Amino acid sequence: MSSVGALACKPADYKSDLKPIWCPGCGDYHVLMSFTRAFAHLGLPPENIVVVSGIGCSSRIPAYTNCYGFHGVHGRSLALAAGLKVTRPDLTVVVASGDGDGYSIGGNHFLHACRRNIDMTYVVMDNHIYGMTKGQPSPTTEPEFDTALAPGGTGVRPFHPLVVALASGANFIARCFSGEPNETADVLVEAIQHPGFSFVEILSPCVTFRPDERAWKDQVRPAPVSATTDQGKAARRLMTDDGFNLGVLYRGNRAPFQPAVAVNDADLSKLERDFEL
Amino acid sequence: MGASPSISIAVVGSGGAGALTTTDSLLETASAAGWHGLFTRTLGPQIRGGEAAGLLRLADHPVDCLPDQFDLLIGIDWLNAHRFGGEIKVGPATLVISDPRGGDLPPMAVQSGARVVQVPMKEIAKTIRDGRPNMIALGIASRLLGFTVEQAFAPIERRLADKGSAAIEASLAGIKAGFGAAANIEFNKQLAKPAPSAARRWLLSGNEATALGAIRGGVRFAAAYPITPATEILEWLAPSLSKVGGVLLQAEDELAAINMIIGSSFGGTPALTATSGPGLSLMIEALGLATSAEIPVVVVDVMRGGPSTGIPTKSEQADLNIAIYGLHGDAPHLVLAPQSVSDCMFTTQWATFLAEALQAPAIVLSDQFIGQSRAAIERPADVAFIGARSIVTDISGAYKRYAMAANGVSPMALPGTRGGQYTADGLTHSERGTPTSGAGDHLAQLDKRRDKLDQFDFGDHWASVEGSGDLAIITWGSLTGAVREAARRAAADNFNVRVVAPRLLAPVQPERLSAALEGATQILIVEQTHGAQFHKYLRAHYDLPAPVRVFHRPGPLPITAGEIHQAILDWRQ
Repeated sequence: MSSVGALACKPADYKSDLKPIWCPGCGDYHVLMSFTRAFAHLGLPPENIVVVSGIGCSSRIPAYTNCYGFHGVHGRSLALAAGLKVTRPDLTVVVASGDGDGYSIGGNHFLHACRRNIDMTYVVMDNHIYGMTKGQPSPTTEPEFDTALAPGGTGVRPFHPLVVALASGANFIARCFSGEPNETADVLVEAIQHPGFSFVEILSPCVTFRPDERAWKDQVRPAPVSATTDQGKAARRLMTDDGFNLGVLYRGNRAPFQPAVAVNDADLSKLERDFEL
Repeated sequence: MGASPSISIAVVGSGGAGALTTTDSLLETASAAGWHGLFTRTLGPQIRGGEAAGLLRLADHPVDCLPDQFDLLIGIDWLNAHRFGGEIKVGPATLVISDPRGGDLPPMAVQSGARVVQVPMKEIAKTIRDGRPNMIALGIASRLLGFTVEQAFAPIERRLADKGSAAIEASLAGIKAGFGAAANIEFNKQLAKPAPSAARRWLLSGNEATALGAIRGGVRFAAAYPITPATEILEWLAPSLSKVGGVLLQAEDELAAINMIIGSSFGGTPALTATSGPGLSLMIEALGLATSAEIPVVVVDVMRGGPSTGIPTKSEQADLNIAIYGLHGDAPHLVLAPQSVSDCMFTTQWATFLAEALQAPAIVLSDQFIGQSRAAIERPADVAFIGARSIVTDISGAYKRYAMAANGVSPMALPGTRGGQYTADGLTHSERGTPTSGAGDHLAQLDKRRDKLDQFDFGDHWASVEGSGDLAIITWGSLTGAVREAARRAAADNFNVRVVAPRLLAPVQPERLSAALEGATQILIVEQTHGAQFHKYLRAHYDLPAPVRVFHRPGPLPITAGEIHQAILDWRQ
């Protein structure tokens, strides 16, 4: 049951006519539903939304919306989105990524996007695997998970994206499950409305290379406590969390970073004075 | 004592000794008096305690290159001067001012037969409260060049305006003491009187000229990651962009910087970043994205010695190959190169204009020599190249972002434009922008991106073509200044040399180069690389209709006009 009330527009208004390349049963289909549902609730004109992504299964999502989109290079979506948002603060910017794109090749940009706190929403569809390249371990893959690239498992401790986001300065942190698209849409609405950098991790099963993730639907649960605004409390909760608590987990109140963008001024004489003798 | 059209001064000291301040300040004094000048610096990698030299050439005409030999060399100290090797050329006609307590004279001065005069600059400075030897050196040089104390002091007074009266008084006392110390030193050169000029003189570095050129061309967003020797571009842009409605964002790395400017430009704001070879290497993947998605961006590469970390503080032209060939796939884009400090402004402005007009990335290959040199020049003229992108605002029906157009440039919809929604993509795409792996769309879009560059009329700015001799020198970038001077020397000896220096390196202009080389019977190629990259580039793309010789050498040793002149004479025999 959705708590955000009646839809201002129809989700279908935000969907393109392209057929996704995702495998049947992929969690990302539901994430797309959550996107369009959230946009419909917000009632934003689709031309005023930009969905920016990198490379991977999840990063195909921009073209499946009827918004402006940018499907860029692997791992750099947050940087591209930062350049867009600071020069076009009038736009609603949503960045879509996956656990390989966002936490491995794009890991450094994740830290600095949290720190910079530009007003945008970062959605990572986490399936604990590289799907598009057919099943290699990602930074969130369990250490014992057997793959061709890491026979017998990586033996390496998984990355904890929510803790990293908190430590790096993200202003809003939530976890969702793709199998609950309405609840996910509610969180996305709040994430987009929350000022600054909002981070939403969506557990989105890869049924092809991680059929075991079908069990996630039985493991996830609403977080037992409501979101905190206290960073210390949030840190303790996130550090001890088993990865299946859903909902908004942290709401910060840092002011977003937005340099003033004045009217374009073509009079350059004031700059030339620097050089005149 | 005859008047010389040009006088050159080198001031050497340990890093932090103030050699660069002394030289830069002399340039300001000379420019205020109506001279032209070029001040370049050469230094080691250390911030403090390394070696630094200010190299200054003053003239009654614009100068774009260093001299063959310095007339005056002042060593505030010689502690690390041996590290310059052959970079600072002195000869029997050179006057060397040396401090007896400044360490041993470096081999370059000892072996040259130069006249050495000892002045205890450190001792003199100690007699002044907070006195500094570099101000003594400034006083000495100013007197030898024929300036007054007031002329010498003016730039220092401006620099120290916010440092308090004690610092200002100490500097003035130092300059005066230097004047006193120079009273009995004989110096046989004097600058010719400058021609009176109505034009307002400017004093700026190539990096600053680059930055202003970008703003003139319409850039209103810059992403910045610091790197030697490009940082000054970004540091000048930071306060300047905000004065004209623009923004600068510091990036976490060069990968972010290039993607930030792509994001800005996608939103409609013309954008630039500046870097050097290591940064350009990191940006190459996203430059391919900008090519495929047809997003205009400008990347300035202020080249330094390479490969890898190379020599960050010294010049070389060896990023030509990566700029032209570095992108994977068939990725036509723009590569341009400025030819002087003042041309940094024009070329960067033109690059911005071209990138916007052609919806393609442009790489501007500046280098440490022109980037970090400061020149006294006439105000570069305003030119009409202001970026004007083809934008669509009124859309009815299905919008095709990558529609085939006669000139290959399809109007771009900016976010916020109703009905223009599309996804920019690095995947091979259809006219609509939809990803595809079909042969037809792949070929059509490859053709489109090639043709829009090939069909564009770049006009006369593609190169500097000067003279009409049978011997043609082909060069590029910052070497153009030394080549021009060599050609002038040959002309003074009644031997006409043609100079052809492409400003536009990609897309190549074979017909224009053929026309420029019409009738040439000898071709001399001059470039500052180890691998003769420019020669190979010319061989790959152009017909060279005459016997070719190549004069190439890696950095950091500057290639002088004298050496190029000698190469001309050698072939003339």
